[in-house]
Amino acid sequence: MSMKKISKNQPVNFEFNEENKILSKKIISNYPTGRQKSAVMALLYIAQRQNNNWIPLSAMKYIANFLNISYIKVYEVATFYSMYNLAPVGKYFIQVCTTTPCMIRGAYKLVEACREKISKEENKISFTSDCSWMEVECLGACVNAPMVQINEDYYEDLSKEKMIKILDKINKDEKIYPGSYRGRKNSEPENGRKTLIKN
Amino acid sequence: MLEDKDRIFKNLYNDFGIDVTSSKNRGDWLDTKVLISKGRDWIINEIKSSELRGRGGAGFPTGLKWSFAPKEVGSRPHYLVINADESEPGTCKDRDILRFEPHKLIEGCLIAAYAVQAHVCYIYIRGEYFNEGQILQEAINQAYKNKLIGKNSCDSGWDLDIFIHYGAGAYICGEETALLESLEGNKGQPRLKPPFPALVGLYGCPTIVNNVETIAVVPTILRKGSKWFASIGKPKNTGTKIFCISGNVNNPCNVEEEMGISLKDLIATHAGGVIGGWDNLQAVIPGGSSMPLLPKNICETIKMDFDSLVENKSGLGTAGIVVINKDQDIIKCMARIARFYKHESCGQCTPCREGSGWMWRMLERMAKGEASREEVDMLMDVTKQIEGHTICAFGEGSAWPVQGLLRHFKKELIKRNNFNPLIKKNKNVPYLIDQHLLEEDNVKN
Repeated sequence: MSMKKISKNQPVNFEFNEENKILSKKIISNYPTGRQKSAVMALLYIAQRQNNNWIPLSAMKYIANFLNISYIKVYEVATFYSMYNLAPVGKYFIQVCTTTPCMIRGAYKLVEACREKISKEENKISFTSDCSWMEVECLGACVNAPMVQINEDYYEDLSKEKMIKILDKINKDEKIYPGSYRGRKNSEPENGRKTLIKN
Repeated sequence: MLEDKDRIFKNLYNDFGIDVTSSKNRGDWLDTKVLISKGRDWIINEIKSSELRGRGGAGFPTGLKWSFAPKEVGSRPHYLVINADESEPGTCKDRDILRFEPHKLIEGCLIAAYAVQAHVCYIYIRGEYFNEGQILQEAINQAYKNKLIGKNSCDSGWDLDIFIHYGAGAYICGEETALLESLEGNKGQPRLKPPFPALVGLYGCPTIVNNVETIAVVPTILRKGSKWFASIGKPKNTGTKIFCISGNVNNPCNVEEEMGISLKDLIATHAGGVIGGWDNLQAVIPGGSSMPLLPKNICETIKMDFDSLVENKSGLGTAGIVVINKDQDIIKCMARIARFYKHESCGQCTPCREGSGWMWRMLERMAKGEASREEVDMLMDVTKQIEGHTICAFGEGSAWPVQGLLRHFKKELIKRNNFNPLIKKNKNVPYLIDQHLLEEDNVKN
């Protein structure tokens, strides 16, 4: 799987806030009794959300205690899956899909835009704004290629110019809108569709 | 071309809205109780005679899969698991079902859960589809509120709970046993089969795993009848299918069409043709990145269904069509796919873990023209060492696209890769200082 770098600066303590404790208990109840381990992925997400989009080691230890499983079981899950950030990322975390369907529509132009506007290297937090970027594998929006994911939202049908505009807005901390940037509706074909016409 | 009245996903582009009322207006949740009251055997037989094949890639007959679940529930409960971990490059059909037709999926879950006697259904969504998952959760909440699922679902006497489980960015979790491992809270590494999940699956209990699209078409098949579904497409390759057309086409889109439609028609009618015209076509990946690509001459006549594509040494897979025109470097495109597989290999079996990296590095060099001619054949050998030597089908999935490249574009590879450390003009390459020892005359002595 992907390379994972664990942050050198680790907070000593971690604890879920009250709201997340309730949420975690609710998620554990989705699984049969004695199978609370199934909730480990969801709990890691909750920890990641609570801790500025990354998971410190103390959170893994806390989750291990919370679920009554060993620390290594939590650690191996956290390091196996690519969406768990084990080191700090920007407040705006930009993931550029560069797998073949996006690549042939010009995804590396978006990477160029990120290099120009954020930082030369991946996973480096920009000096000008709280923002970092990385290349990722297929995000599953291939008919809307090229596209990027910023935090939870998809920004589709981009070009280098449009990407630069988005990054400029991020630098100024202005609101950005997800969805298609060529004005099309979801995944329908442009220039007049041939199906579902009577809708 | 399929008529609009025969399309199952009427809200594919979200013209109508997602809530339970507008879904009901489109015909969802209509007489679900009646369908269930016809009994388990009737449902499974209808699905069997509709010849519905799984839409997740392998194309296994769905009715047959359901019939593998034990007839009587023993000490272990049964589970239904929906595979919404859509990560195959080129594929984005399940995303549109999750966000625009969630009630079709939920109703399908109820019917399938009843057919395989499951009271609990988990929907495993890839972590990146967070927003889609939220939409689906809202639809599930509405379904509970309207008593469509939960205790005594739809007044049918069957209890069903549906839970969403988010993945976290691992392609391998789309493999059914890796998905079950992940659902149990482990690393997503596939299990050996047999035993198959239908007998020993989630928590060691009988489990049926189906793709989102497979389950979402079930209610419509039962309502309109298996004969209607079987009348679309070809025998053994029946029904409709959502095709995702991406890459170098004028209007990339998702579209629901009948199985067995010709690829050329599909691209011309719905996707606005290849950029630069049909003659500018170089190759097409017909079913998501794992399937071998097809060169232009095959694309002229190929029909998009499971069996026709297998005859041409490719496969329908997930029906994610990636069109590559002559402006692209085909070797680079495949090198990028090889990088995808190198990144996503779970690391459990050595041939796949190491071989996927080899293939990627060799292809990267070949794209630059830095490989020798022998290496082109060596690359084929590497793919053969991976294929069939791994626990799950990921090995095949990573080897096949490279084999497809070698099958159809070997000339291109050889033309570009003339690098030969033994020929005279390379004698001054510093790191080949001892090459004279390998030269034919010297070797003989």
